[in-house]
Amino acid sequence: MTETAVQRDMVRPDFRVAIMAAAALLACLAYMTIGLRGNLAFVLELRSVRLAAMVVVGVAVAVSTVVFQTVCANRIITPSIMGLDALYIFCQTALVFTLSGFGFAGIDPRLHFLGNFMAMTCLALVLFLPMLRRQFDLTLMLLTGVVLSVLFRSLTTLLARLIDPNDFAVLQGAVFASFNAVEPELLLLAAAITVAGTFIAWRARHVLDVLALGSDTAIGLGVAWRVTAAGLLVLVAALVSASTALVGPMAFLGLLVVSLAQRIVGTNRHAVLIPAAALTAIIVLVGGQTVLQHALGGEGSLGIVVEFAGGIVFLAILFASGRR
Amino acid sequence: MIEISGVSLTLGGSGILNDVNLTVPKGGVTALVGPNGAGKSSLLSLIARLQPLQSGRITVDGLAVDTTPSRELAKVMAILRQDPGVASRLRVAELVGFGRFPHHRGRLTAQDREIVAASLEQFDLGDLSLRFIDTLSGGQRQRALVAMTFCQGTDYILLDEPLNNLDMFHARNLMRTLRRIGDEHGKTVLIVLHDINHAAAHADRIVAMKDGAVVASGDTEAIIRPDVLESIFGFPMLVERVAGRLAVLHHT
Repeated sequence: MTETAVQRDMVRPDFRVAIMAAAALLACLAYMTIGLRGNLAFVLELRSVRLAAMVVVGVAVAVSTVVFQTVCANRIITPSIMGLDALYIFCQTALVFTLSGFGFAGIDPRLHFLGNFMAMTCLALVLFLPMLRRQFDLTLMLLTGVVLSVLFRSLTTLLARLIDPNDFAVLQGAVFASFNAVEPELLLLAAAITVAGTFIAWRARHVLDVLALGSDTAIGLGVAWRVTAAGLLVLVAALVSASTALVGPMAFLGLLVVSLAQRIVGTNRHAVLIPAAALTAIIVLVGGQTVLQHALGGEGSLGIVVEFAGGIVFLAILFASGRR
Repeated sequence: MIEISGVSLTLGGSGILNDVNLTVPKGGVTALVGPNGAGKSSLLSLIARLQPLQSGRITVDGLAVDTTPSRELAKVMAILRQDPGVASRLRVAELVGFGRFPHHRGRLTAQDREIVAASLEQFDLGDLSLRFIDTLSGGQRQRALVAMTFCQGTDYILLDEPLNNLDMFHARNLMRTLRRIGDEHGKTVLIVLHDINHAAAHADRIVAMKDGAVVASGDTEAIIRPDVLESIFGFPMLVERVAGRLAVLHHT
C-alpha cells in the first residue's frame, strides 16, 4: 500500500507537467494567431521573434531561479540579489550619460549585448570564485551582492539626476524589460546560452535534489559541495545575464513562476520542478502578453505587469508561510 | 580504521582542536564523550570532511579525507550531524531514499527500494513513511535522519548526538541497533554521546575529549571510573554496578 501510494504520488506531478505543457502550447498558439490582419508574412515573422524571445527569457529566468534557490537553500530568494540587474541598469545609465541618448541608440546591438553579458558574468565570477577557496561563507557572498546592488543603484540615481531629460527617456526605455525590439541575431545567441544552461541544470537534477537537503547532508552523500555550488552559481549568472542583456531585468518573474510551479506540482524534485517552472514562465509571459495586447488595448509593458504581480505573489507567500 | 594524527583546528582566531591524535579501530561502537565545547562535533565534522582540514592528517579505511573524491568517501562513511535542517519539502520515504544516492547517483533501483523499506521498518517509520518531514515531531524527524544515514550502507557510521529528541524507547532502540550492526556486520560506529550511561551500556570503547584534546581513551570499563570521569567532567560522581551493569549517578 505504501509503495503504490508513493508511486501514485510520483506519477501525478508528471501528469500535471503534461497539462502545463499543453497550456503553454495553447498560449503560444493564441499569441501567434489571435487578431491576425494585414501583411501575414510580416506579422507572423514579427510575432515569432517575440514569441521566441519570451520563451527563451522565460526558460532562462525559471531555470536560473530554481537552481539559485536550491543552492542557497532558500525558496524566497531570486538571483537578482546578486546585483546583476542593478549592474545592468547602472551600465545602461553610464552609457547614456557618457554617449548621450543618440550615441546610446547608435551602439552596435551585438557589441551592446556582449558587453552587458560579459559585465554581469564577470561580476558573478568575482562574487563566486572565492567559494573555491577553503574558508567560505555563502551568506557573506549574498551580502556582498546586496551591498554591491545598493552601490550600483545609488550610482544610477546619481547619474540619472545628471543626464538630460531627453536622454533620460531613452534610458527608461532601455531599463524596463521589453520584448518589442529584439534582434533576431542576439536572440539566437541568448537561446544558445539558455539551451546549454538548461541542459546542464537538467543533467544535474538529481544532484540538485541532494543539494536541497543542505550542504552538510549533501557532502555526506558524496556531493563535492563547493565545486558543485560554485559551478551552478556561475551557470545561474550566465542564464540571468543572457536574458537580462536580451530584454532587460525581470527580477520578480523567477520568484513568481517558481513558487507558482511548486504549488501546482506539489514537489521539490528537480526532475519535475525544472520543467514545471519553465512552462509556468512561458504561460505567464506569453499568456500575459496575449492578454495585454488583445484585451487591454496593447499599450503597456509586460515587464511592469510581471513585477507588479510578482510583488503581490511574494507578499502572499510571506504571509502564508508566516501563518503556517 | 580511522586514523587521526596531528589535527588542529582554529575558527575565527580561537583554537577548537589542539593537536589531536587518535586511532579508532575497525569494528564495534566507539563513543566520543566530553563536556560542551570540547571539540567533539568539530572532530567528527573534520573526519566526515564537512569542514576543510587545516592541519594534520585523517584517514578512513586508508583513504585520506581531504584528497579522496567525496563520492568515494560517501560509499565508505556516512555522517549524521546534530540537527541538520531539512529545507526541502519531502516525505519520510523520499528523505530516507536519499541515503542511497552515493550508490545510484540518479534514480532508486529496485534493490535500493528494498533497503529503504527495511530501514523504514527498522526505525519504526513504516506508518510515517508518507508524511512530510515538516509535519513530524523532533524525535520522529531524528529517526528519519538516522534511517537515511543507515541506508547509505557504509562500513563507517558517524553520528553526532543522535539521541537528541528521542524518547527512552527509541533511544534504547537506536543504541541496540548500533550495537547489533557493530557486532554482526563488523561495522565501525563513532558516536558523540552526552548520556554517559548509554555509552557505558553500549559502547566498546570510549574516547573522552576536553578543551580540544583527547584526555582519555580506552575500553569502556577503563573509562567509566569515578576518578577518570571526574577528571573529564570536573565534578565527582558515583559509579555503581547494578545487576552486573555499570551505572553512573551523575544527576544527584
